[in-house]
Amino acid sequence: MVDRTMRGAAAIVGVADAVSPTGELEGSVRALEVQVIREALADAGLTIADVDGLFSCTGPGWAASLELAEYLGIAPRWTDSTQTGGSSFEIHVQHAAAAISLGLCDVAVVVYAATPRSSFKRGTGGFGSRQALPGPTPSAEWEQPYAMRMPMGAYALAASRHMHEFGTTAEQLAQIAVDTRTWATMNPRARLQDPITIEDVLASPMQASPLHKLDCCLVTDGAGAVVLTSAERARTLRKPPALVLGTGTCHTHAMISEMPDLTTTGAAVSGPLAFAEAGLTPADIDVAQIYDSFTITVLLLLEDLGFCPKGEGGAFVADGVLAPGGALPSNTSGGGLAYTHPGMFGIFLLVEAVRQLRGECGPRQVEGAEVALAHGSGGVLSAMSTIILGTEATA
Amino acid sequence: MSDPLIIPAPDGAPDRQQPPVSSASEPFWEATRTCSLVIQWCRSCERAIHFPREACPSCLGTDLEFRPAAGTGTVFACSEMPAPGNPGMKGRAPYVVVLVDLPEGVRMLSSVVRSDGAEGAAEVAVGDSVRVAWEPLADGRHLPVFVRG
Repeated sequence: MVDRTMRGAAAIVGVADAVSPTGELEGSVRALEVQVIREALADAGLTIADVDGLFSCTGPGWAASLELAEYLGIAPRWTDSTQTGGSSFEIHVQHAAAAISLGLCDVAVVVYAATPRSSFKRGTGGFGSRQALPGPTPSAEWEQPYAMRMPMGAYALAASRHMHEFGTTAEQLAQIAVDTRTWATMNPRARLQDPITIEDVLASPMQASPLHKLDCCLVTDGAGAVVLTSAERARTLRKPPALVLGTGTCHTHAMISEMPDLTTTGAAVSGPLAFAEAGLTPADIDVAQIYDSFTITVLLLLEDLGFCPKGEGGAFVADGVLAPGGALPSNTSGGGLAYTHPGMFGIFLLVEAVRQLRGECGPRQVEGAEVALAHGSGGVLSAMSTIILGTEATA
Repeated sequence: MSDPLIIPAPDGAPDRQQPPVSSASEPFWEATRTCSLVIQWCRSCERAIHFPREACPSCLGTDLEFRPAAGTGTVFACSEMPAPGNPGMKGRAPYVVVLVDLPEGVRMLSSVVRSDGAEGAAEVAVGDSVRVAWEPLADGRHLPVFVRG
């Protein structure tokens, strides 16, 4: 029995992000959070005084949403610090849509900012300088002694398994990077804007076999926010709403060694849930934003979300189906591979999906996009969340 | 039972990141002092469990015990690291990280290493048969690794 009570009940009504072709942003994480919240609210024609639901999963202290609300000077009646890595924000949208549909909050803000690139250069932390977690985590005991390069090593294991089981090739994985980069050539805000070839990908340094450098996402600064409210209120606001038509979440493990099957992710659960709620199928998706931490991530998710059968992802992507003009235009911002990737990319999937549905994407606009999919992946293929958005015509 | 295969770290290599010991896993690490691979089992489910836990992840039961493992396995997935994954691995790259399926029915992350002392990463592919070997740790424990064959 599919529960349709949430379908179209809530909408994303405001979006904003902060990125730079240099990969670096000025300002503190808090300053960036405030900036994108302000801009996303302005995009919606709302103010901070309207906000009564807050979603944040990172921060310097022990309680992300609590501390951010204090900083913002708001007293939300819905609060959520769910942290599943890069998919956190898709899960936040699902939770926000649920809360809004039940009347538990009216205007929800989902926000994220991180500056790993400039922090690392300043010597104040950032990527590669993470403090060890206190206490014997399972990862410290059972994985870290073997010094797998993280996170790429975990994804490399999945890629090795997919190649072994299905004959997937390095060239097929590279095609995903090539097509994503083609989209980035049309985005003047992307970190990497020069086109690349399959040969470029294969010639780039091996990071963890079989994944090359150009199979791997960027490390940049970045920030993003989305604002949600009820569909009813959305229709009174500045921009056309992106209705939340379907949502699904499933997490299967935290460590890669605990993943039940390296070639099937929780997206095989979250995707069908989202499609069932939306009353749609993969064939109905006009534009897809599919978490591209690594090329293998996209390949696995295309299969699990039902765009092609399990094991056939390599052949599916080989003819440029994801590229401009392809049957499934995907990661149209340039994705985590070429646009930006501050550690958790999920918020940018949502922002780009909404911009595509509004027709705001300029040269990279997918004509007539009415239904968009944003799929987040967190951890090491651990936490999956699928969001299907639609224009007013899909209500 | 044949003598355990002990493969020391390369000369001059720094210590690996040392695995901490959690309360549930103490018998596992104690057994490594004598190069014995033991795996936790749930006596109620008759299922092997890895990593060791305070309760069985199938039934949440606590009737658990450690039993000797066969010490063999099959490579489920593998990746070669061309550069160290952390500073403790300086001088060791390239090396191979694997997921190994043990015949007891559990999977563990580990490394396949060369048994001939030569330089370079071990040659290993998905599906290869492997057997356990041991790298001495600074505190007298041993880290289970694998060799082909």
